[in-house]
Amino acid sequence: MATDAAVRRWRRNPSLLSGAVILGLLLAVALVAPPLLRGAAETLTDGARLGPGAGHLLGTDAFGRDVLARALVATRLTLLMAAAATAASFVVGVAIGALVHLAPGWLRETCLRLVDSAVAFPSLVLALVIAAVLGPGTVSAIVAIAVAGAPGFARLTANLAATVADKDYVLTARLLGVPGLRILGRHVLPNISGPLLVLLSSSFTLSLLDISSLSFVGLGVQNPQYDWGRLLNEALPSIFAQPSVVLAPSIMLIVTGVGAMLLGDGVASLVDPRTRGTAPAPSGTADATGPADPARAPVALQAPGGAGAAADTEPDGLLTVAGLTVRAGARTLVDDVSFTIGAGRIVGLVGESGSGKSTIAMAVAGLLPEGLRVNASRLALGDLDLLGTPPPRRLATEIGIVYQDPIGTFNPALRLGTQLTEVARVHLRTPRRRAAQDMVRALADIHVTEPQRRLRQHPHELSGGMLQRASIASAMTTNPRLLIADEPTTALDVTVQAEVLRQFRRINREHGTAMLFISHDIGVVGELCDTVLVLHGGRVVDRTTGGDLRRGTVTHPYTRALLAATPAAVEAGGTLSAVRWTADAPSAQPSGAPSDDLSDKAADRPPAAEGSR
Amino acid sequence: MSATATATAPDPQPAAPLLRVEDLAVELGHGVAARRVLKGVSFDIPRGSTLALVGESGSGKTTLARTLVGVHRPSSGRILVDGAPLRTSRGRAGAARVQMIAQDPYSSFDPRRTVAQSLAEALDPIRARVGPARARIAELLSQVSLDPDSMDRYPHEFSGGQRQRLAIARALAPRPRFVIADEITSALDLTTQAEILNLLADLRRRLSLTMLFISHDLAVVRHVSDTVAVLLHGDLVELGPTGATFAEPNHPYTARLLASVPGDPRFRLDDEPATSSVDRTRSGFQPADR
Repeated sequence: MATDAAVRRWRRNPSLLSGAVILGLLLAVALVAPPLLRGAAETLTDGARLGPGAGHLLGTDAFGRDVLARALVATRLTLLMAAAATAASFVVGVAIGALVHLAPGWLRETCLRLVDSAVAFPSLVLALVIAAVLGPGTVSAIVAIAVAGAPGFARLTANLAATVADKDYVLTARLLGVPGLRILGRHVLPNISGPLLVLLSSSFTLSLLDISSLSFVGLGVQNPQYDWGRLLNEALPSIFAQPSVVLAPSIMLIVTGVGAMLLGDGVASLVDPRTRGTAPAPSGTADATGPADPARAPVALQAPGGAGAAADTEPDGLLTVAGLTVRAGARTLVDDVSFTIGAGRIVGLVGESGSGKSTIAMAVAGLLPEGLRVNASRLALGDLDLLGTPPPRRLATEIGIVYQDPIGTFNPALRLGTQLTEVARVHLRTPRRRAAQDMVRALADIHVTEPQRRLRQHPHELSGGMLQRASIASAMTTNPRLLIADEPTTALDVTVQAEVLRQFRRINREHGTAMLFISHDIGVVGELCDTVLVLHGGRVVDRTTGGDLRRGTVTHPYTRALLAATPAAVEAGGTLSAVRWTADAPSAQPSGAPSDDLSDKAADRPPAAEGSR
Repeated sequence: MSATATATAPDPQPAAPLLRVEDLAVELGHGVAARRVLKGVSFDIPRGSTLALVGESGSGKTTLARTLVGVHRPSSGRILVDGAPLRTSRGRAGAARVQMIAQDPYSSFDPRRTVAQSLAEALDPIRARVGPARARIAELLSQVSLDPDSMDRYPHEFSGGQRQRLAIARALAPRPRFVIADEITSALDLTTQAEILNLLADLRRRLSLTMLFISHDLAVVRHVSDTVAVLLHGDLVELGPTGATFAEPNHPYTARLLASVPGDPRFRLDDEPATSSVDRTRSGFQPADR
C-alpha cells in the first residue's frame, strides 16, 4: 500500500518526475563519463579544430581533443563544485536565519540588517572579490560562491521563520515548555522547508552559473582541470570560426539548471502533507452519483425540492427564484431552491456553513465566481430577468449588497467618500458634490457620527460597526428594490450587531426595501425576518417565520435541532442539544419529507468527509 | 487570606483560590505608542470552578489570557497560582500549571505533524516521542470523543470542531492546574459549538477543571461558567455568579450586552423612538464604536 501511494505520488507530480530524470541522467554522466571518455577528452591529437563529423560529434578543439567528451567529463567537477558551494551556503544561511530568532532583540535586529546589506550586494561581484583575494583555484571558487549565496538563505529563513513563529502552534509549544532549539527544529524549519527547497534548487542553478562564470573569467578552475565554464573560456577565441565548440557546455549548463528547478518544485510539494495527493480522490465518486440525477430536470422536480416549493409563491413577488440549482463540477451546491420575496418583505436564509446560503445570494446578485453553473426555471426581480445578462446599470441600481466583512469590502488605499459615492456617480450620473451631500445625509440617517469627516477618512480609521453602517448606506444610495445582506453582522460585536440590525429594520420600514438576509445565527434571523428558509446541504428543508423561530414553535426536526443548539434559546444550565441532522440522501426521498433522520452520534462522521465541507 | 478571598469573589469559597489576579495592569507597546490595555483587574477563580470573561473587541480579554500564560508582562499587579506568584519564565514547571486553548482551530496545530506527534509533544516537550505515549494519546483522544485510530492523521484531515477537540485534548495532556479557553467556539458552526460546549461541561464535571473561559458571546458563557466577569475597555465592570448576573446585572453595560443577544427575551429591534434621530444618535452611539 505504501509503495502504491508512493508510485501515485510520483505520477501526480510531473515536475518532480522530469526533474529527477534529468538530474539522474546528469549524475550518471558524472559517474560514467570520466573513466570512459577521459582518453578522448584529454589526449592531444593531430586532428585539431575539426568540424562536427562522424568521429567527433561536435568536432575537436585546438589541441585535437573531442569537444563532446570534454563537456561530458567536465560534468563531474562542475556538479561537485556547484553542489558543495550550495550546500555550504544553505547550511550557513539557514543556521544564521533560524538561530537569529533565539537571540535577544538588539542582536537579532543587527544581524538581520547585516544580512539585508549582504543580500543587497551583487553576489557575483562579492564572489569575484573573494576569489581574487583567495587567489584563483577550485577551492577558492567554491568558498567564494558559498559565501556569496549564504545571505539569501539567511534572509529567507529569517523572514519565513518570523511568520511561522507567530502561529498559535509555536506559542502552544512554548507554553508546553519545548526548548527554543527544539521548536526551531520541530515546528519552524519543517514548515518553511517548502520555500527553502525551492530556493535551494534555484540557488544550485545560480551557483552553477556563478562558478562557471568564475571559471570563465579565469578565477575558478585552472588548467589542466576543466569544468563547463573553463571549456567556454577555452572556446571563446574560436567562437566565430568554430561555434560548435561552445554548444556542448552551454547546453549542459541549461539542462542542469532546468532539471534542478523542476526537482525543487516537485520536492517542495512532496514534503507538504497538505498537497501530497489528497485532493482529487474522494469527491469524484461520492458526489457525482448522488444529487446530480434529480437535479437534471429541476422543473419537473420543483415540488420535492423543499416543503412545498411552489406553494408559497406569492403572485406579487418582487424577487422570484424558482428551481435554482448551482453546480461546481460534479458537486451540487444549491439544489432546486425556490422562493419569492414580496415587496417590502424580509426573507432570511439560515443554515450552517456549506448549506449554500451565500451561494443563493450571490446567484441572485449575479456575482457567482467563474466555473459555477446556474440553472433555474425563473430568476427575476420584478420585470428584470436575472438569468441572462441583465443590463449592468439596472443590476447595480436595483440590487444593493452588504457583505460580511466590512473591512475587506473597502479598498484601504482610497478615501471612503470616493468609494461610497461610486455607484451614484457611475450609474446614476450624480455630480460628485451632490453625491457627497446625499451620502452625508445617508450616513447621518444610519447613525454614523461626524459623517462629513468620515468621507475624507480612510477605511482603517473607522471601527467595524461604523464601516458596516457606511456600506449599508452606500448600498442604499440607489434606493434599490432589493437589499441582499450576506452575514452582515457576523464580524461585529453584539451591541454593535444589535444596532446594525435595528438599521436594517428601520430601512425596511422607512423605504419599503425588500431584503434577502443571510445568516448562520438563528437568533438574528428570527428577530429580523418575516419569512425564514432553513437550508441544509443546498436544499430548503424548512420554511418558517421569524415569529415562530422567536417563540420556538417550529415543527421541522432540523429547525428544532438548530434551536436546541442555540445557547441563547436554551435555558441556563440546560444541556444544549448537539444533534447532527443527516439528511444526506435527499435524492432517496423524493417525497420531500425528511422527518426522522436524526442521529444522536455527534462526531460519527468520518473526518475526511467532514473536513472537506 | 480567606477574608480577602470572600471580599473579591462573591462565591463564598472556604479554600484559597487556585488562581488569584490582583490589580493586574498591562501596557502594550512602548513609549508614545504604549496603551493601557488592562487597568487594574482583580478576580479569583476557586479550584474546580469556571470563570467566564466576557467583553467585546478591544476590551482586553485576549491580552489578559496572554498575560496569564506569560506572553505579556504585567506592568503592575500580581498573578498567584495556589498562592505562589506565576513565573513569567516558560519552563516545564510553568507548562504543568497553565494551558491555553486557542481561538483559531486552523493555526493552533502544526500542519506538518500528525495528531499523535502534536499530543506527544504536549506529554513530553523535550523528546516528543510518539511510540511510548500511544496509549496515553488514545486515552486523551477518547476523552474528547475522538476516534483514537485517527491519531496518525494530519490536522487538515479534521473539521474545525474536531480540531477544537484536539486542542482541548492537547491542553489537558500535561494535566494542568488551570486551563484558559480563548474564544474557542467563535469560529464554529452552531451544532459544532453546542458539541464543544457540551464536551467542556462534561470535562468540567469529570475532571473538576479549573477554567478561565473567554468569550464575546454572553449566551455561550451562560452554559459553561460558574462566575461571570465583564470587561469593558480594560476595566472589570461586573463580577458575580453567572445565574444572578444574567437575571439581574449590576452594571448598565452588562444589561446592554444581555439585551443585545438576538433571541434573548430582552432583545428589541424596535424599542427606540423611530422619529427623533438626534435622540437616537445619542442612545445609539456605542462606547465600543470609537
